Amino acid sequence: MNKSKHYLLPDISQPGKIGCRLPELDVPAVELPPRELLRQELALPEVSETELVRYFTSLSRRNYGVDTGFYPLGSCTMKYNPKWHENIARFPGFQEIHPCQPVDTVPGALQLMYELQELLAEITGMNAASLAPMAGAQGELAGLLMVKAYHRSRGENRRRKILVPDSAHGTNPATATMCGFEVNTIPSNGDGNLDLVSLTRLMNEDIAALTLTMPTTLGLFDPQIAEISNIVHEKGGLLIGDGANLNSLLGKVKFGDLGFDCVQLNLHKTFSTPHGGGGPGAGPVCVKSNLADFLPSPVVSKDKREYQFAKPSASIGRLGAAYGNFGVMVKAYAYIRSLGAEGLKEVSENAVLNANYIKEKLKPYYHLPYDRTCLHEVVFSGNKQKAKGVTTLDIAKRILDYGFHPPTIYFPQVVEEAIMIEPTETESKETLDAFIKAMIEIAGEVDKEPELLHNAPHSTPVRRLDEVNAARKPNLRWKMR
Amino acid sequence: MNPKEYRYSQEHEWLCPEPQGRARIGITEYALSQLGDVVFLDLPEPGSQVTQFKKMGEIETVKAVSDLFSPASGKVLERNQTVRDNPALVNEDPYGAGWLLRIELNQLAELEALMSSDQYGKFVAGLSPETSE
Repeated sequence: MNKSKHYLLPDISQPGKIGCRLPELDVPAVELPPRELLRQELALPEVSETELVRYFTSLSRRNYGVDTGFYPLGSCTMKYNPKWHENIARFPGFQEIHPCQPVDTVPGALQLMYELQELLAEITGMNAASLAPMAGAQGELAGLLMVKAYHRSRGENRRRKILVPDSAHGTNPATATMCGFEVNTIPSNGDGNLDLVSLTRLMNEDIAALTLTMPTTLGLFDPQIAEISNIVHEKGGLLIGDGANLNSLLGKVKFGDLGFDCVQLNLHKTFSTPHGGGGPGAGPVCVKSNLADFLPSPVVSKDKREYQFAKPSASIGRLGAAYGNFGVMVKAYAYIRSLGAEGLKEVSENAVLNANYIKEKLKPYYHLPYDRTCLHEVVFSGNKQKAKGVTTLDIAKRILDYGFHPPTIYFPQVVEEAIMIEPTETESKETLDAFIKAMIEIAGEVDKEPELLHNAPHSTPVRRLDEVNAARKPNLRWKMR
Repeated sequence: MNPKEYRYSQEHEWLCPEPQGRARIGITEYALSQLGDVVFLDLPEPGSQVTQFKKMGEIETVKAVSDLFSPASGKVLERNQTVRDNPALVNEDPYGAGWLLRIELNQLAELEALMSSDQYGKFVAGLSPETSE
């Protein structure tokens, strides 16, 4: 078999070939269902064990992940997560327990959940937390369901609108819509901060809450946050935080101190769970006292030395059948306890330092629309290059040829031709330098050999994908040829 | 080039007045140069009302999903089935075969709030200072 060629198992199937031998039948044979109920023979590929192993191994080698290389996908925090935490999550006392077994047989698991709640509340400067949400978007949902329940409990049913900045993650307006709120967008100003004039104009007694990512998706800390909090709270609204970018604030800034009433965290971004493969994640919500009674259930409560699952008095209810994604909680707990308060501070210091290092080094080559100190990520614009006929998409594809995963492109939408780079705290200076060198070389190619970019990537197993046709005429189902 | 007889909104939609208080609406070449290849259009149903400068639908390109804002208020008479089936047409002929909706205008006076092709040309030229570096 030609190693460079792509093939599927049916392509190498030979009738009669077997990869394993089934044991002799030692139970009574059962009749198949009547012939007319069977649609057709299953076209299972017939290959040898060697061929099967080589097939899957070849697929696995085409995989790209944090364990194979630099992965600066902005706003996704694709950082390296300590392997030892995977071991801890697999300790028999954690892995081999069942959601249905009596609670008094798993006091250690409850203690871990209780202490994690406390640690997350401390880190975010909040009063209470629930670990129930199973992903970031579900944490956002929990936050807005609490907002709704809070206003309803005060007889303020007229608050049916949520304010969302134009730089927000798409999940923010989507969650608000899913909760039955109307979304009003607030523009950013020239510095990349929230436009306070628009906020003041839009903020009234119909607004339930403002959802704000902090730092913003531009990787910037909005220094007007105290004023924003005042404007929202004066009119009786709530300030809801999206903590997706917490790795830039750990031990430095607390959401509670900034005036937030609620923040959702992504344990799978910030706290040591690999992600990007579709889960599992965990999206705990941390709240001030005013929202504590509405937290999703269950929460873990402590009475003297006894830990119990509890339902807050006005809880928005359950978000899943069991207790959230426990394995992710174990890893987060292990991460926080092993780093400690000083270690967490260093995490955010390095995340911010790395992003600013890249910002300063690439600034002469790529347009930097918001030229100020950034936090954990930096957003460039490919405008200069676009004027020369090379788009941000071309640049991203060319990065593949240099062996790196491309950064996030075309987001946030407030930046034209956006290139959003999040190096994360876990990369060495040497890796950053190699990436910077590649980006500078690519900027040079734009002038000298633009064709190289138009046709990139050149070195990957498949060349440029036809994304337009894939979206216009999606072919979602593989069919036997 | 932006057709002279059309009117334009700041949200980069165009409006082409037709007899009997009707109009066709679509999106401008500039908008498409920013958005890229259109892959899907979500347009309001015939019979529904659209409001000037309010969201009327969505346009999905390879890069992103963006809102479409109506350049004028009125009742939707027809949506262009051809572009719904073949969104590439919007990129190929934005001012002609790539039109999106035909509407019955509520008030002709609303058109005063739109720009002429000259005004729109200047408006667009002022949008991307970086591009001219």
